[in-house]
Amino acid sequence: MAISSTVPKRKIRESAGDRLFVFAIYVILSSVLVAVLYPLIYIVSSSISSPSAVVSGKVWLWPVDISFRGFQTIFKTPLIMTGYGNSLFYMAVGTLISVTLTVMLAYPLSRKTFFGRKGILMLVMFTMLFGGGLIPTYLVVKELGMIDSRLALLIPNAIWVWQVIIARSFFQSTIPDELAEASEIDGCSDWRFLGSVVLPLSKPIIAVLVLMYAVGQWNAYFDALIYLKSDKLFPLQLVLRSIIIQNNSAGAMDISIQVQRAQLAELLKYSLIVVATLPVLIIYPFVQRYFVQGMLVGSIKG
Amino acid sequence: MKGFYSAKNGYGRQFAKSLRRHWQLYVLVLPPLLFFVIFKYVPMANAVLAFKDYNVIKGIWGSPWVGLKYFNMFFENPIFWTLVRNTMLLSFYQLLAGFPIPILLALMLNEIRNGRFKRFIQLVTFAPYFISTVVMVSMIMLFLAPRLGFVNIALQYFGFEPINFLGEPNMFRSIYVWSDIWQTAGYAAVIYLAALAGIDPTLYEAAKVDGASRFQKIWHVDLPGILPTITIILILNVGNIMSIGFEKIYLLQNSLNLPKSEVIATYVYSMGLLNANYSFATAVGLINSVINLILLVAVNSFAKRISNNSIW
Repeated sequence: MAISSTVPKRKIRESAGDRLFVFAIYVILSSVLVAVLYPLIYIVSSSISSPSAVVSGKVWLWPVDISFRGFQTIFKTPLIMTGYGNSLFYMAVGTLISVTLTVMLAYPLSRKTFFGRKGILMLVMFTMLFGGGLIPTYLVVKELGMIDSRLALLIPNAIWVWQVIIARSFFQSTIPDELAEASEIDGCSDWRFLGSVVLPLSKPIIAVLVLMYAVGQWNAYFDALIYLKSDKLFPLQLVLRSIIIQNNSAGAMDISIQVQRAQLAELLKYSLIVVATLPVLIIYPFVQRYFVQGMLVGSIKG
Repeated sequence: MKGFYSAKNGYGRQFAKSLRRHWQLYVLVLPPLLFFVIFKYVPMANAVLAFKDYNVIKGIWGSPWVGLKYFNMFFENPIFWTLVRNTMLLSFYQLLAGFPIPILLALMLNEIRNGRFKRFIQLVTFAPYFISTVVMVSMIMLFLAPRLGFVNIALQYFGFEPINFLGEPNMFRSIYVWSDIWQTAGYAAVIYLAALAGIDPTLYEAAKVDGASRFQKIWHVDLPGILPTITIILILNVGNIMSIGFEKIYLLQNSLNLPKSEVIATYVYSMGLLNANYSFATAVGLINSVINLILLVAVNSFAKRISNNSIW
């Protein structure tokens, strides 16, 4: 160490070209930042502006005439609140079912002494490459009597293969075979080992699974679209679709005497987007690392 | 034959031994396995529907065989080429624009030494990934609305004519692809950033000593370093070409942009579930799945041959 301190550090200075290069990168990335942030800020600002300001295009960055009319209306609309409640239910129960099933499959597949793991893994992975398609799956769900029932959103897509893969590679890399074998010799059963050793050691991956399934369930609309008929079962996303997307025949409201209601309807769309997205975006900064972790665990070939 | 039997016996004995030792694990695996059989493999078997005339009363297996009737029906229908073209063009556009951007984003982020700025950009660009498809399409519709959308307000402000973006078939693909990039580029960049972080630091030292500029360093160290990751992601993307997201296209569709926005998946939905033409829709879906599988296998073996990177 003494030697290195006597030798003057020869720092290679950045050339002018390099500095220009870095400057260009900063400029590009800053524009990317603006391009991603602007729509988000615009939505939030509009949602808390007055209905007339939204309709007349006065809002361009920050809220104008702050008002919470949109949110008040949302909380007074039964259809939306039912949808909200349904979505919370689907998210909670669906996540519980999905995570349980995923662990039940992924853990045995991670044990080397479990005969048949290769076959089962291939069986599971193959479904990523090829599927029967929309109608054949629909017919199975119909046969099981799940059409227009809550089960249709909880069961038919309960397990995502990708989640099984990342959970399995996590177990494989975290739980040493020796540990399992040692506890086996001590007379600890597989279930007990899973419950009292594996799961406590696997909190990070459980967090990843919970978050991914929860967000997936909260954001899903397709299964609801094809399997559900009665609107009292609709998740929020489907309610959003009918209010914002299907109602989007602009121009019809021109000659309406209820200008105010038309303005409110427009404001409502922004408020709805905020209400539907906020729960996810608020927890997101705190859980981002789990998602990154999930992606990276999965990318290890194993 | 003898070898086969003895192997089978060997497997049988191994299985019996494993079953005795790990019966609890087999109990665990059973429900998820049942899930895959019922919701993935039964539908695959149900796909024989494509070769039958579906009859509600007789069920899938009791319905009469009709051979390739529905396949021919589809191939002879002029919409066949429109659907294939729309699906392919949208996918290739998506691949061409959407694949390199996360790589560029990751390479640029990797050059940023200011940790806080870097983390902030990552946080922000990752966030839209969590927006649901319905909300994404809602946002697109609000922003691009003919009169009230801020894009048209801005266009008018600068003296341009407002455009009915969603009613313009030629705009459809760009709207789809660029909103997708907005939503997923930050997420997709994460994987490349991780690959960049894994590059051997001595390579950078060597490049520095050789007097490489920043750009040369990216070109000669960064890019080769993440090439295996790039290849694998490319294979996965190409393998998904025919299964381009139904959900978003369906929501963006309207009668005006239908000439460009009707793809195989949305056609299957409207034929099968809206018109209850089960056999025909199954045939169309099956063609799609088979093309998809062939593409994936082809790309994978191609990548294996030229670069030794493959997904299996």
